[in-house]
Amino acid sequence: MSQSLKIDNLHATVDGNEILKGLTLEIPKGQVHAIMGPNGSGKSTLAKVMAGHEDYVVTDGTVLLDDINLLELEIDERSRAGFFLAFQYPHEIPGVSNANFLRAARQARLPKGEEVDAVAFYKEMYLKMDELGMDRKFTGRSVNEGFSGGEKKRNEILQMMMLEPTYAVLDETDSGLDIDALRIVAAGVNAMRSPERGFLVITHYQRLLDYIVPDVVHVLHDGRIVKSGGKELALELEEKGYDWITEELLPA
Amino acid sequence: MSILVTPQEETIVPEPAEVWFANPPLTETDTEAPAWYREMQEKSWARYHELPVPTRKNQDWRFADLKKIRFTDLAPADPATDPAALVARAMTGRPENFAAHFVFANNRLIYSETADLPAGAICLPLKEALATHGDLVRAHFLQEEKNLGGDKFAALHGAATLSGLFVHFPKGCVSEKPVLVHHFSGGEARAIFPHTLVVAEDHASVSIVDVFESIAPSEQTLNVGMVDLFADRGGKIQYVALQGLSDNGAKHVQIHSSRAGRDAAVKVAFLNLGAAWVRNESLSRMVDSGADCQIFSANLANGIQEYDQRTLQSHEAQHTTSDLFFKNALYHKSRTIFSGLIHVKPGAHHTDSFQTCRNLLGSEEAEANSMPGLEIDADQVKCSHGSTAGQISEEEIFYLRARGIPADDARKIISLGFLNESIAKLEGDELKEYLFSRVERKFAALDGRG
Repeated sequence: MSQSLKIDNLHATVDGNEILKGLTLEIPKGQVHAIMGPNGSGKSTLAKVMAGHEDYVVTDGTVLLDDINLLELEIDERSRAGFFLAFQYPHEIPGVSNANFLRAARQARLPKGEEVDAVAFYKEMYLKMDELGMDRKFTGRSVNEGFSGGEKKRNEILQMMMLEPTYAVLDETDSGLDIDALRIVAAGVNAMRSPERGFLVITHYQRLLDYIVPDVVHVLHDGRIVKSGGKELALELEEKGYDWITEELLPA
Repeated sequence: MSILVTPQEETIVPEPAEVWFANPPLTETDTEAPAWYREMQEKSWARYHELPVPTRKNQDWRFADLKKIRFTDLAPADPATDPAALVARAMTGRPENFAAHFVFANNRLIYSETADLPAGAICLPLKEALATHGDLVRAHFLQEEKNLGGDKFAALHGAATLSGLFVHFPKGCVSEKPVLVHHFSGGEARAIFPHTLVVAEDHASVSIVDVFESIAPSEQTLNVGMVDLFADRGGKIQYVALQGLSDNGAKHVQIHSSRAGRDAAVKVAFLNLGAAWVRNESLSRMVDSGADCQIFSANLANGIQEYDQRTLQSHEAQHTTSDLFFKNALYHKSRTIFSGLIHVKPGAHHTDSFQTCRNLLGSEEAEANSMPGLEIDADQVKCSHGSTAGQISEEEIFYLRARGIPADDARKIISLGFLNESIAKLEGDELKEYLFSRVERKFAALDGRG
C-alpha cells in the first residue's frame, strides 16, 4: 500500500478555462510540502479540485490518497476518507453552532447506530480550543458568522484538529493573520505533524514557512509545478520574486 | 356558412351561507361568571353574527385560501376521554425548570402545578380568575379593538372563551422560569377557545409558553385563541406560542396583541410546525417612550400546510423601538403568507423599527408570499423592511460536505440553523433547547416521508 498523497498529471478547468495543466506532485506521509506561486497560477484551484467543488471540472489525471482514487469519491466521502482542506475563505453557516457543526462532522464518521459521546466530545473540543487560544464562547456561536479573519482561520485549524485527517491541505491559512495568530495557528499544525500524516501548505508568503518548516517547496506556475527544492527555495522566492523562474523556463 | 355560437346562460349558484356555529359555543353553562362577563359573551355572539365571513376583496385576507375557513356545524369540544395520558405527554421533555405548568384539554383544565411561582404572582385558569379576581381581569380583558382581519374570529372567541390562563405579576415581581401551558384539542368538527392574558406591572418580568397539540394524530378541530399582553413601566414579558397540532385537519387561529408601556419590553414568538391551516395575527403597540417590542417567528411547513401571518408594529410614542424577524422553511406544496406593516404614528419621533421575513424554499412547488409595508408619519425615524426568498446556498452545503457531512444531513442542518436564528433570539437556554428539539423532531418526520 502506498503511503502518500499523489497528484498525477492533473488537468482541471473552470468555466471552460484550463487552469491546471498537468500538475504532478507527491507528498509522502510524515512530510510537509509547500506550494508557492504567483496569483493566478492555480494554487486555490488545486485545493478546490481536491475537495471536490462542483465548479471545477477534472479533465485528466488522478489524485491518490494512499490507494484511494480521491476524484471518484463524493465531496463528503473524501473528508471521511481522511482528506482535509482548510479553506482560504471559510463559509458562514447562520444559526448552526460551531459545536453542533463539529459534532455532526464527527457523527458522520461513526457507524450507524453509534452516537458521539457528548461529554468526551466537549472535553476534547475545549482542550483543543485552549491550544488555539479560542474563547469558549465560540462553541455556541454560529459557524464563522461575525468571526474576524483570524478567528475563521483558527476555526479551520480547530476543525482539522478535531477531524484528524491523514492528509491536510491548508489554502493560504496565513493570509489575514497577525503574527501572534500566525504563531498559534502554526503551533496547532506543528503539533499535528506526525509520521502518519502529510501536509500541503499553499501560501503566498515565505513568512508562514518560518513557523511551519516544510520538507519540500514547490513553485506553481501556469498550472504546473515548475521547480521544487528545499526550504531555502522559499527564501529565494521571497528575495527575488517569481520572475527569475519564469525566465528560466523560457526556451533559450 | 356561418356558425352561430350562443353563449351558455350563466347559472349563478349562490354561495352557501356559512354557518360556523349554530349555537353559542359555550363549553358549559357557567353560572358563576360575573354579569359583565356574560354580557360581553352575548354581545360578542351578536357581533359574530353581524360580521361577514372574510372574502377575497378584503385586503387583510389577500393570498389566503378562503376555502380553509369554510366551517359548518362546529361545536365546542367534549371532555377528553383520557386526561391522564395527555398530562403525561405534556410532561415529557418539558423544560426542567418552570414557574408553573397548566394543562388544558378541550377547553377544560386537567392539571396544574404552581410550585415555583414568585410571591404575589397570580396565575389562574381564566374561569377561576373571573371568580376570584373579576375586576382585575375585567380591566384588561379583550380591551384591544383593532384586529388585522380576524374580527369575526375575535368576536367568536369573546362569545365562547373560558379556558386558558390569567397571569398577573404585580410591581417588581420577577420570575426567570417560564409558565408552561398546554392546550390539547380533539374531536370531529370540534372547537376550543384558549385565552391567554398576561399583565406585568412596573418592573415585573414574566415568561409564558403556550403549547398547542392535538389529542390524536388526526383531528378535525378549530382553535380560536387570543393572547393579550400588557407590560407596564419597565415591565418585561416573553410569550411563546408553540403550535404542533395535527397536520391532518386541525386549524388554528391565534390573535395576539401586545401593549408595551414606558421602558417596557415585550418579546413574542410564534412557532408553527403542525396544523393544516394557521392564521396568526399579531399587533404590537408601543404606547409610551422607551417601549420595545420584538416579534419572532419560525415556521416549518410541508405537505399542503398553509401558514398565514399578519402583523402590525404600531409606534405610538417617541423613542420607541421594535424588531420583527420571521423565518419560513417550506417544503412540498406548502404555502406561507406574511403581511406586515410598520406604522409610525404622528408624533412618534425618534423611532427605530425593523422588519425582516426570510423564506427558505425547499421545493419548487412551495409558495412564500410576502407583503411588507411601511407607513411613517413622524420625523427622525429609522425604519427598514426586507423580505427574501431563496434556496439553501450551494456553498454552505459544500462547506459542510467538505467536513464529511452527507449532503442530505447538510441540508437538514442548514435548514434547522435557518429556523434556529429566530429561536436563538429568545431568552432562557432550556426553553430554547425545548423549542429547538420540537423543530428537529418535525424535520426527522419530514425525512421519513422522503
